[in-house]
Amino acid sequence: MTLNEYLSYIILPVLGIAVLLIVYRFIKGPSMADKIIALDVLITTGIGIIGVYSITHGRSTFLDTALILALIAFLSTVAFSYYLEKRNRKK
Amino acid sequence: MTSIIIGILVTLGTLFILLSAIGLLRMPDTYLRISVNTKAATLGVGLVLVGTAIFFNDLSTTSRALVIILFVFLTAPVSAHLIGRASYFMGVKLWDKSVMDDLRGKYQKHSYVLKSKTDDTPHDNIDHTKNDIHTRIDEDVK
Repeated sequence: MTLNEYLSYIILPVLGIAVLLIVYRFIKGPSMADKIIALDVLITTGIGIIGVYSITHGRSTFLDTALILALIAFLSTVAFSYYLEKRNRKK
Repeated sequence: MTSIIIGILVTLGTLFILLSAIGLLRMPDTYLRISVNTKAATLGVGLVLVGTAIFFNDLSTTSRALVIILFVFLTAPVSAHLIGRASYFMGVKLWDKSVMDDLRGKYQKHSYVLKSKTDDTPHDNIDHTKNDIHTRIDEDVK
């Protein structure tokens, strides 16, 4: 079994199962904070999937997308928590 | 030889990401889910990106992977702290079996000022354990 087959047939399905579990928490999540955490973990898992995908396809250009996704994850979490704090604050 | 090293690194990273997903599903409390996010998923992504950097064996790809690892390692604790603080203000309850809450009664409810004493103005303080009967009796006695 070569590295390419191993990554394609074992690693990527396991990461897909992880994404499904996180999406279940994202839909179910009892409070708003749970959904934001699930979104953050979802994008972090997406960075891992992009890394594995760039190995299997042999193209390092995909890592730029991973960098931008990391930026977007941080900015969205900061903005969501900021507005959640401001929503509850009464003057 | 290189492919074996890459396989081991990517497998470890995938296991950590899968464990963080299971922990996100199984943990009983919002704060425990935050701790799962900021530890396991960050380590898993770091291991996968180290495997990518070893596979390409190139200066530009290695520098990009290192920048992503550095960025994720820097921003994960900051975002975890921010969302934990916001969820504490939103009134997300702690788990029933959690042992202690160091911030109990120390945050003001409307101005979000952190104080060092708990019994200054007890009606304005954020207290997530007021549904518990014993603590309520204790506060009434005070």
